[in-house]
This record gives sequence, structure tokens and C-alpha cells, in this order.
Amino acid sequence: MTLLHWAIVSPFLFAILIPFLYKAFRNVHTGWFVLLLPVALFTYFFQFMSITKNGDTVKETLEWMPSFGINFIAYVDGLGLLFALLITGIGSLVVLYSIYYLDKKKEQLHNFYVYLMMFMGAMLGVVLSDNLIVLYMFWEFTSISSFLLIGYWYHRERSRYGAQKSMLITVFGGLSMLGGFLLLYLMAGTFSIRELVMQSDQLMTEALFLPALLLVLLGAFTKSAQFPFHIWLPDAMEAPTPVSAYLHSATMVKAGIYLVARMSPVFAESSVWLWLVGGFGIFTLFWGSFNAVKQTDLKGILAFSTVSQLGLIMSLLGVGAAALHYSQLEDNIYMVATLAAIFHLINHATFKGSLFMVVGIIDHETGTRDIRKLGGLMNFMPITFTIAIIGAFSMAGLPPFNGFLSKEMFFTGMIRVLEMDIFNLDTLGMIFPILAWVGSVFTFIYSMILVFKTFTGEHQPEKLEKKPHEAPLGMLIPPIILASLVIIFGFFPNILSERIIAPAVASITPSLIQEGHAVETDIYFWHGFTPELFMTFGVILFGILLYLLLPKWRKVYSWIPDRFTLNSFYDGGLIETERGAYNFTKGYMTGFIRTYLVYIFSFLIAVLLFSLWFKGAFAINTDDLAPIGVYEVAIALLLVISSVTILFAKSRLTSIISLGAAGYTVSLFFVLFRAPDLALTQLVIETVSVALFLLCFYHLPPLSRHEERMRFKLGNALIAIGVGLVVTLFAISAYSTKLYDSISSYYIENVYEEAGGKNMVNVILVDFRGFDTLFEICVLAIAALGIFSMIKLRLTRGKEG
Amino acid sequence: MKTKTNDVILQTVTNVVAFIIILFSLRLFFAGHYTPGGGFIGGLMTSAALVLLLLAYDIKTVATILPVDYKIITAIGLLLAVATSAGALLFDVPFLTHAYDYFHLPLLGKTSLHTAVLFDTGVYLVVIGVTMTIIQTIGVSE
Repeated sequence: MTLLHWAIVSPFLFAILIPFLYKAFRNVHTGWFVLLLPVALFTYFFQFMSITKNGDTVKETLEWMPSFGINFIAYVDGLGLLFALLITGIGSLVVLYSIYYLDKKKEQLHNFYVYLMMFMGAMLGVVLSDNLIVLYMFWEFTSISSFLLIGYWYHRERSRYGAQKSMLITVFGGLSMLGGFLLLYLMAGTFSIRELVMQSDQLMTEALFLPALLLVLLGAFTKSAQFPFHIWLPDAMEAPTPVSAYLHSATMVKAGIYLVARMSPVFAESSVWLWLVGGFGIFTLFWGSFNAVKQTDLKGILAFSTVSQLGLIMSLLGVGAAALHYSQLEDNIYMVATLAAIFHLINHATFKGSLFMVVGIIDHETGTRDIRKLGGLMNFMPITFTIAIIGAFSMAGLPPFNGFLSKEMFFTGMIRVLEMDIFNLDTLGMIFPILAWVGSVFTFIYSMILVFKTFTGEHQPEKLEKKPHEAPLGMLIPPIILASLVIIFGFFPNILSERIIAPAVASITPSLIQEGHAVETDIYFWHGFTPELFMTFGVILFGILLYLLLPKWRKVYSWIPDRFTLNSFYDGGLIETERGAYNFTKGYMTGFIRTYLVYIFSFLIAVLLFSLWFKGAFAINTDDLAPIGVYEVAIALLLVISSVTILFAKSRLTSIISLGAAGYTVSLFFVLFRAPDLALTQLVIETVSVALFLLCFYHLPPLSRHEERMRFKLGNALIAIGVGLVVTLFAISAYSTKLYDSISSYYIENVYEEAGGKNMVNVILVDFRGFDTLFEICVLAIAALGIFSMIKLRLTRGKEG
Repeated sequence: MKTKTNDVILQTVTNVVAFIIILFSLRLFFAGHYTPGGGFIGGLMTSAALVLLLLAYDIKTVATILPVDYKIITAIGLLLAVATSAGALLFDVPFLTHAYDYFHLPLLGKTSLHTAVLFDTGVYLVVIGVTMTIIQTIGVSE
């Protein structure tokens, strides 16, 4: 393991320490200890900038399961580094913020920070892994930690609902993505992203290319809350605000964007990719911003706004893929979309992070987030108000903030779609700039709502739980830092461009870079009177107009009845699934062991008979049989007699004893055929199980033979005979057909050489096939605990009545 | 179960035989690598001795003689097995790789010491723990 690997797993290791720190230093807020790690990691990753700036990459391999092609390959390039810096940078600020947000006396901080560190490690793993399976593993870790963090206040019903919803949707997507990865592996024979990129031309022609593309996109869309999977994100706002700021706006939801960007070199040549990523993205932008205006909860507004901004970045990545088809152009003007995507990703993290923190402050200091109750807070919280103005105006795309720059670039990217002549973009491409503009108008409106409904207007102290006042300094520092970044990136965007943006864009479009296209990263405010500028004017004009007239047109939101919303489909679907599963299970789980045995045995008969017939596997080979002696005949007779006795025994004791006799006779067979280990095991097992039977003997109801109906008996007889027949047939054919050479000789040769033992059976158990034994004893232990808890639970429940 | 029983013969025999069975089970366990035996059979044999005790006396008496929680025995056994297997990773060899060598020990002479024995001890403990947990739970459940 190299330092890089340690850096990626360090949050996980640190998470182990957190509960102990929490216990040992109850007087110190645990967050102070936690804060050290993201800061250290941020500094560490910052150093990589000098490497990636020149287009170089770092790759460290740790062999994990080389035989399956699964290795922990840490890979740092421009894109990965950008995300790593976001994760650790925003992470540091969020941890600092959470120290003031979460009360050290009331909250279960050890849980919170363990989850948070788990998330940070998982996220670093996602963005710095080159191996798809490792990436997938970390990806699911982020889903799990997100689930735990949303459900952090688990006593609230809404939190549990939101946690479950996010889990179901993102894990569904994650599993689809795993499917996509496996398809890619089937086609290319590698899990390494970089090797996949090298084979991308050939992959395009494969039949499985499209299914793989769709499955991978499902993973990205669910994670990044793209329409129609966005419904989990608003409900995820039940998490504590630092979590919302961190996971559900700045980092985790961008994992989907990361995946799209990372897989772009593999898939982006396809028209399906362009239309799906671009189309879903642009529609999500519109739909999210449209719905954000309707919200009354501040976090609700931010949730939908995040949905819409994610859609914006997604659509840019989709449209940016078109640049690959214009590599013949001297100056590839279509690359601006990808550039804008990366730039906006950074900007979004800064302004949205600060806005979430502002909302957290408002919630913390007034006790509500409902804009109908808030108003006039400007006088009480001047600093918070300033931060909110900066964040919201940047989000709305107003100069001189960074949001304006990336919004202009976004418009440029969308307008250039009109000039493209591939994949029907020259005709249908119109929807891109139109939806982009409409979405931006709504973005402007909700940004204004966010600021002015909260901070201006009439102050309503009677509706607030607390007397509002300015937040403590520690809580203000993180949003102030982010807000200053908004301004700094606004005035000096080019400090980012060469160092961060250009290397990241280069990782998304490696083929263009190879052909000599440079990433044009000079970002500036004034482009002259371009269509983009007029679009921005339009946005501001219509935005102000619609904002003022909002009460008049609000009722459009009631046009869609509640029954037809995506949420009601989700809820209804969930309830129906539960009901269906319950009814289905109730249908066959009768509660009688007898019924279950019938299922098991009939299934056994059916499957074995079918496979015997289907494979034509039945054969009788009478060569090489040992002579039958007196002993064998005697023992076989004994076996038959004891088995038949069980059938006709009148008392249970007789049955148990005959069953034991049958078992002992079988062990005599083992003795006869010189298998002392088996014989010993069989003997002891038989003894113990007879003792067990005798122990429960008292509790069983008296043996009754009152079920005398012919049909019942016939059914039993049929199943019994069937099982006997099938097992016999199988035994005979197993003996008669030898498809492979016996593996015994391998063991005979190697038992002493390799394992230093002479008892083959035991050496196989503990050494050659030790994994089997390990899992067997696990199963045994689970079974014992299961029996224990079932019986004990029944007993205590019986006592309760 | 009642404390006053008529099982004088069974109890007297058990007092002697249980120890012999346990000793024999230990022998089986340690001999496992060369002759029939091993953790699985050894564990079962030990449990058989304990079951015999249970049959001759009652659960309470046995619990006072051997105040052990068999669930914990199971857990220790599992832990031992997993730890032995994982220990191999420290030496940069795959999970579950065993090592052995020959040593001259006092009294025993040349003896083979094998990490598989540690693994097998885990199996041994799990088997005892599982069997006894099940039997005790079902036995008490009246």
C-alpha cells in the first residue's frame, strides 16, 4: 500500500477511533478531532495539482484479487483530483460547521462522525479508483452512509421515509450500474477504466454496448437525482443540514456526474449517450427549477435547485460529447460545453454549499425553515444576509459572481447545439437552448424567493420558536469562506482554469487532447453583445416580472393532481409491492413443517429427475463392483428393518430408537468400507441427535395417526418413494459415469508434501478446502443463534401474553 | 426436570464415563492431522459427553458445574478460525494459508506444530458451542 491508498482508506480507519475519542473526551466536541483529517487530506491532495497541471497522472496499484482482475488501483488525474479536492475541502468546512450546528450534549456525535467519515472515504474511493469493481464497492458505501445520515434523527418518521427512499432508488441504480460494468467486462475483458478507454472504438461495435451504456447511465442518473429519479433528493433533506450541504449538494449527488464524465471517453461517441445525457439533463434542469419555485421549505427549494443544477451539468456533459464528432475542426468550439460543466461543478459546490449553510443558520437560530413564517431577518442577521445574497445571485447567474460566468458558458454551449448537424441536432436540437433559457428564468425566480422572502418583508416574531439573532462566528466562517470563493472565482476565474479545469476537461475528452486540441480555458466577463448576453437580460427581465406576479400564476402548480405525481407513483408502488409480497408469502407459508417438507422434497424430485433426463445422465456400469458379502447383506437388512419399523411404530419412543438404529447401521457401512472418519462422525451425530430427540420428547404432542385418508397417505407415499428412487438413481449414475479423473490422487500426493498431515479428510477440511469449513461453521453458528433467538423470543412473548 | 431422580446407575456411570469421553475427544481432536479425528469429530464427541451429563443430571446442575455460555464459546471459536485465516495476510500470503514446522518440545519430543490446529480449535469450539446452544435451548423451552 502506498501513501495514496492510505489516504483513501484513512477516513475509514479514523472512523474506528471516533467512538473512543467521543467516550474519552466528552467535554470536547468530537468534531474538533474529526476536523484534522479532512484538512490534512486536502493539503495532501493539493500537492497533486503540480502533477496533474502538466497533464501527468499518478497510478498506484495494490493487488487485491488479481485472478479476477480486481485490484485496488488508485489513479489521480485532473478529474479525480478536482473531486478529491471538493470532497476534502467542502468536507473540512462542513465538519467545522457541524461543530456549531450539532449540540455536543444532545446529539449522538459518535454515530454522526462515523457515518460522515465513512462517506468521505467512500467518496474518495469512488473518484480515485481506476477499477470498476472497486469503484462500485465504494459507490455502494456512499449509498449506505447517505442512508445512515439521512436517517440520523431516526426517531422522526420523515427521516426514516427519506432514508429508505434514497436507499431504494440509489441502490437500484447502483445494481444496474454493476450490471453495466459486468457487461463492459464481458466485452473488453478488463475492469480498468483506462484500458476500457483504449478499447472504446472496438467496444462501440459490440452488441452489448448499448445495454451497458443504459445500465451505467441508470446508476449515474439515480445517484445524481436526474428526472424521474430525482424524487429521493427532496426527501433526503431530512438529514442534518451539514449533511445536506455536503452529501446532497456538493459531493455525493455529483458522483453520478463524475461517473458520466469518467465514462465519457468510453461511451460518448454514441448518439444515444448524447441524447440521453443531454436530454435528461436539460429536462431535469427545467423540471427541478420549475418545482423549486413551488416549495415553501427553504431546504425544499435548495433540494429542487440542486436537482436542476445537476441537470444543468449533466446536459453540458451530454452536449459536450458532440465535440468528439468535430475533431476535424481547427478550433473545436463545441468543447466549451465540457469546460462549462467542470467550471459550473466547482461553482455550484461553492454557492450551493454556502446557501445550505445559510439555511442551516436560519433553521438553527429561528427554529423554522418555512418561508411563510420567515421575513425581515435582514436586521437580525446582517452577515448571514450578505452571504445569502452572494450565493443566491451567483446561483441566479448574475454578475460579478462565478455563477454568471458559468451560466454564460452554459448558454454558449447550448446555442452551439443549433450549429451541429449530427444525430438530428439541427432540427430537434432547438429544445436545448429553449429549455435552458426557461429553466434559467425559474432559477432566477427561486433564487430571489430564497433571499427576499426570508430576509426582507415583514418580520413575524410571533410565528418563530426562537428569538432570531446572528449565528456564532464558528458557524459563519465556513459559509463566509465559500462566499468569498464565489467572488474570487468570479473575478479571477483563470486561477482555476490552467490548474484544475483544463486537466479535468482533458480527462473527459482524452481523444481530442491526443489529436492536439488544446483546452481553451480563458474565462472572462465581457464577450460583447452576444446572444448569451441577451438571454441573460431576458432571464433577468422575465424573472423579475414573474417573481412579482408569482401569486397570480401560482395555481399552475395545482394543475397536476397529487395522484399523478412521481412521488405518489413511488409510494403506491412501494405499498403495492409490500402487499403483493405479503400475500404471496402468506399463500405458501402455512406454518406446518409438513408442508415445507413436501415443497422441498417435491422440488428435489422434480429438479433431479429433470436434470437426469435432460442431460441423459443415467447410466449403469456394473464393472468393477466389489463382491457382496454376508456383512453387507446383514447390515442392509438391518437398515431396511429399522426404517420400516419407523413407519409402523405406534409410539414415538419406538420411532426415535429405530431412527437411531438406522443411523448406526449406516455408520457400520462406513466402517465396512473403511471410512473411519465418516463412521466416527456418523456415530457421534447419531448419538447427539437421538439425545436431542429424547430431550424434546416430552414437549411433543402424542403421536397420532388420525390422518387416515387415502389421499393424504398416497401423497406421502408418492413423495417418499420419489425421493428414494431419485437418490438411488443418482447414486448409481454417479458411480457409473466418471466425467473427470478422480481428484483423490491429487490429495494423496500432496497431503503430506504440502500440508504436513497424514489424515486426508482432516487436511482437506482444515487446509485444502478450509474456506468451506470456515463458512460451514459460520452457518452452524448462525443456525444456533437462530434457534436460540426464536425459542427465547417465543418464550418471552408467551410471558407477555 | 426434577432434582430427585432414580438414575443412580446412570449418574454413577456418567461420572466416570464423561471424563473418559472428554479425554478421548481431546485425543481425537489432537490426533486429527495424522489419524482419524479432528476438530469436527472432537467437538461432537465433547458435546456428546456434555449431553450425557445433561441426561444424567438436569440442566441446572450441569450449569453450576460448567458455568459457560455456549453462545460465547461459538463466538470465540469463529473468531479464532477467522483470525487464524486472516493472520496469513500479515505474512503477505493469501487468506487461509497455513504454516507448519517441526519442533523439539520437552516431554513430547519431535512434534509438528501447525497453524491448522488453531483453525481446527476454532472449529472444535464452534461445534461444541452450536450443539450445546441448540440442545440447551430446546431442553429449557418447557
